[in-house]
Amino acid sequence: MSILLFTVLTLCVLGVLSAVVLYFVARKFKVEEDPRIDEVEKMLPGANCGGCGFAGCRAMAEALVKRDDISELFCPVGGGDTMKAVATYLGKAAPEKEPRVATVRCGGTCEKRPRTNTFDGARSCAVASSLYVGETACAYGCLGYGDCVTACAFDAIHINPETGIAEVDAEKCTACGACVKACPKGLIELRKKWPKGRAIYVSCMSRDKGAVVMKACKAGCIGCGKCEKVCEFGAITVQNNLAFIDSDKCRLCRKCVNECPTGAIRIIGLAPLPKAPKAAPATPAAAPAAKAEPAAPKANSAAAKNTVAETAEKVESVVNKKEE
Amino acid sequence: MKTFPIGGIHPSDNKQWSKSSAIEAMPLPDVVTIPLSQHIGAPAVAKVAKGDKVLTGQLIAEAASFMSANIHSPISGTVTSVDMLPNAQGLRQMMITIKREGDEWVEGIDRSDKLVTECNLDSAEILARIKSAGIVGMGGATFPTHVKLSIPAGKKAEFLIINGVECEPYLTSDYRTMLEYGDRLIVGVRILMKALDVKKAFIGIENNKPDAVAHLRTLAAGIEGLEVVPLKVRYPQGGEKQLIAALTGRQVPPPPGLPIDVGAVVCNASTTVAVYDAVQKNKPLIERVVTVTGKHVAQPKNLLTRMGTSISALVAVAGGLPEGDVKVLNGGPMMGRAMINLDSPVTKGCSGITILDGREAHRNAAAVCIKCAKCVEACPMGLEPFFLSKMSQRKSWDVVEANRITDCIECGSCQYTCPASLPLLDFIRTGKQAVMGIIRARAAAKK
Amino acid sequence: MANRFFVSPSPHIHTEQTTQKIMADVIIALLPALCVSIAVYGWGVLAMTAISIASCVLFEFLIQKYLLRGECTISNLSAVVTGLLLAFNLPYGLPWWIVIIGAFVAIAIGKMTFGGLGKNPFNPALVGRVFLLIAYPAQMTTFPAPKIDGFVDAYSGATPLAAAKAGLVDYGSYDMLGMFNGAMAGSVGEIATLALLLGFVYLLWNKVITWHIPVAVLGSMAVFAFVVALFRGGDASLLYEFPLFHLLAGGAVLGAVYMATDYSTSPMNHRAMLIYGVGIGVLTMCIRLWGSYPEGMSFAILIMNSVVPLLNKYVKPKRFGLKKK
Repeated sequence: MSILLFTVLTLCVLGVLSAVVLYFVARKFKVEEDPRIDEVEKMLPGANCGGCGFAGCRAMAEALVKRDDISELFCPVGGGDTMKAVATYLGKAAPEKEPRVATVRCGGTCEKRPRTNTFDGARSCAVASSLYVGETACAYGCLGYGDCVTACAFDAIHINPETGIAEVDAEKCTACGACVKACPKGLIELRKKWPKGRAIYVSCMSRDKGAVVMKACKAGCIGCGKCEKVCEFGAITVQNNLAFIDSDKCRLCRKCVNECPTGAIRIIGLAPLPKAPKAAPATPAAAPAAKAEPAAPKANSAAAKNTVAETAEKVESVVNKKEE
Repeated sequence: MKTFPIGGIHPSDNKQWSKSSAIEAMPLPDVVTIPLSQHIGAPAVAKVAKGDKVLTGQLIAEAASFMSANIHSPISGTVTSVDMLPNAQGLRQMMITIKREGDEWVEGIDRSDKLVTECNLDSAEILARIKSAGIVGMGGATFPTHVKLSIPAGKKAEFLIINGVECEPYLTSDYRTMLEYGDRLIVGVRILMKALDVKKAFIGIENNKPDAVAHLRTLAAGIEGLEVVPLKVRYPQGGEKQLIAALTGRQVPPPPGLPIDVGAVVCNASTTVAVYDAVQKNKPLIERVVTVTGKHVAQPKNLLTRMGTSISALVAVAGGLPEGDVKVLNGGPMMGRAMINLDSPVTKGCSGITILDGREAHRNAAAVCIKCAKCVEACPMGLEPFFLSKMSQRKSWDVVEANRITDCIECGSCQYTCPASLPLLDFIRTGKQAVMGIIRARAAAKK
Repeated sequence: MANRFFVSPSPHIHTEQTTQKIMADVIIALLPALCVSIAVYGWGVLAMTAISIASCVLFEFLIQKYLLRGECTISNLSAVVTGLLLAFNLPYGLPWWIVIIGAFVAIAIGKMTFGGLGKNPFNPALVGRVFLLIAYPAQMTTFPAPKIDGFVDAYSGATPLAAAKAGLVDYGSYDMLGMFNGAMAGSVGEIATLALLLGFVYLLWNKVITWHIPVAVLGSMAVFAFVVALFRGGDASLLYEFPLFHLLAGGAVLGAVYMATDYSTSPMNHRAMLIYGVGIGVLTMCIRLWGSYPEGMSFAILIMNSVVPLLNKYVKPKRFGLKKK
């Protein structure tokens, strides 16, 4: 009996002692932390993708709470709604950014860009690009070993086995920019996200001269400048033999698409403009471009005009908003 | 027998195919293409334009800075273009194209075979001639020789080491050079000893070339301070740091440590012959010996070739490419770079063309790491390749930097020895490049 | 026929050694010991080994195919090595179903739960053996006496270590040469020290393992035993008999050469290997002399296995050109 008593008492004393020690230790080493950080962290997506430029959502939450001006901070994953919610909670002005989407700027599919050799090293774009030109004669195009796929935390980018080129799933893409950093060729650009996945962009990054591009790839930009001339909004610039469409200036008028002699300007989610009678024989580009995206335009063919009108309105509103 | 202290491997040397064929002169090429960047450092600046007439040995591109090298025309004729052309790896690079008309040399170059042993120039004059001749390390590293020979203030060279190891399998160009141009080599060594003001010089030769050791020993007899040392057959015996450690027992400290920190200057055997030509004959570096070899190459050869000759011309002289799958290497199989464009030219650093075919052209399929530690055992720098490779793949740059990834000499011993055929060095190389970039950025930020 | 150009970063040549060849070498190195065991115990040994190997390979195949759904890995022969080593660590005459349970634990729990070859932190064969030792202690410590002429042993059925532990034996009285040749009671594979050393030489010759771990284990055991003998005093002949007895008895050589050197559960550089080996040697001797089990090799190896990640992290190989501080 006395053993039992002794045991129980010892344990009790030990317990009390430990509690006291713990209490003082906790007091002494207490970390003062703003409870709002926890709350903000809960509002953030929690993917820890690093798209905001911080190591993770916790670090971002800390920055959001501590900084007075949060206009520079933006969570591309959560987007405007999340930022608005956070800003309301903290009583600060919400930073605004238009939604963006990653775009792979290469159109050199297997048939357009013939393979000249076989790469036998480690399946990594970084390894191949530091070694040589790649499996094709184009030094700028997509290598297709998927460094971007590994980098993506959202399963939004994949290599299409048929084309050998990385493709972005606009639905899943959060524009965190991880793939942009991972691509050794610098092929991926964060562009303005239009509704319904619509896009017009130059799917080529080759800064080689036209003749060199033509030799390596049938879908490359040769820097002819026709698109630059036709663009009414000043969205297209040609530099170093390469056209670039500024997605913030582009209004999806689609005039450039028909001008491009190689079909390097890709159009997605929209029907191309009807061919002008004069230009009809000279623009074979429209046909392949249309072929590339047959499903969406066909489905919409009846309501095509309305859609276009709607788009134009939306564009206007977006532009106006921006100007404000 | 002397050897380096840590790691190393022993691949079969496969020098038997080309070692017994004497150096042959290639016929003069009709067209040459000369890249402006054939060395480590800033590309040279073109001094000629389209339509210019040039003579053999004429300066056509000038060193852009101290860390750069002159380039001379290897033939006489007309410049047809100065343009971006694809190099051996298919990447575009500035090159001068010259169409040959005869073979007229600029004046002042001694083209006779007479051996000139006397050298009355002083150290600075020797260096100036080496610099103007555009000599770079011809073993493959292409480091400008005049930079190597300019000893920084406060440092003192104690040893000159001539690298005749040629530990790279397949290649025999240095071996044939030592056998056939041995007398020029020895004069070159004396010139370099004078330029560096050193009393002691070693010629290190791997022991699978006993005839070269014997030949050079006969020639070196009576020259004070010059010693020909046979070394154990072990890869990478010819790595600069490994060679210094094998011959002097001193270990070059990790980067930014240089051989001169332990008082050593290392110079390749073929480069030493080029030094002789430049200093004694006033002949710039416009030709070199190139080995063309491979298991199924019809006539493996050692060819004395003008720079700028196309690789395909050399391959044709050796009997053409074997049929089927091939991998054509600029250099040997351990450190050589695979080529896709055989129209590209022979450059100053091209010691050999190795042609692997059939089964040899492919890598084994990679399996899983079984943690056998053979890569750690093989690494001559005492690194942990399996770990560096894995961490580089994960882009943990801080971890790989702390584990000394910048010490890696990219010799390939780890990958050679891996029983799972993992592409260890592929990833270590990307990691090393990334870390070097970070270190440079850090240094720039400090300034 | 046009040429197909292949491109890869250097190096472009590769050693002939592959995972499969290494495993085959280990199997070859173990064959002499198997032969001695067959000679000592009879053909039943072969049947038991076959059951162990077959079940190990089968379990790996099934798990790989239906649970991990990965590439089939049994062709790398690692499961065969595990099966062989497991059989070597079991007493002859163990019921066949216990062998199969051991194989299951070894492969399923010891190896495949961690992702298979190269990822397991503990030696799978030893995981299997130690599981059986705890689950079936009676069966696992019943050793039949060797069936060879001239084997006269008052304590047949007890291993030399067990006999020594029980205080039944005088070290000097054991026939050391007989123990060296395989004339002792014990697990199937541990009795033939000579044959095991023959395999060790073969492995060294083919550069499958380095000398570091086996020498560190056996050397530290010998030194430890020598020091203990010094303190115990007594006959001067004990100074060499006691260490020799511990090297020959039980699974010292089998453990040091074949179990401790298992690639994925041993350290990755020579310095760490020496520390690891000494750890195994000292722990083994401690368990043998003061623990409740007569043999401590398996436990010592498993304990040191758990230290390997730490060793890999803190003990780095000798770097080139780095001066000692």
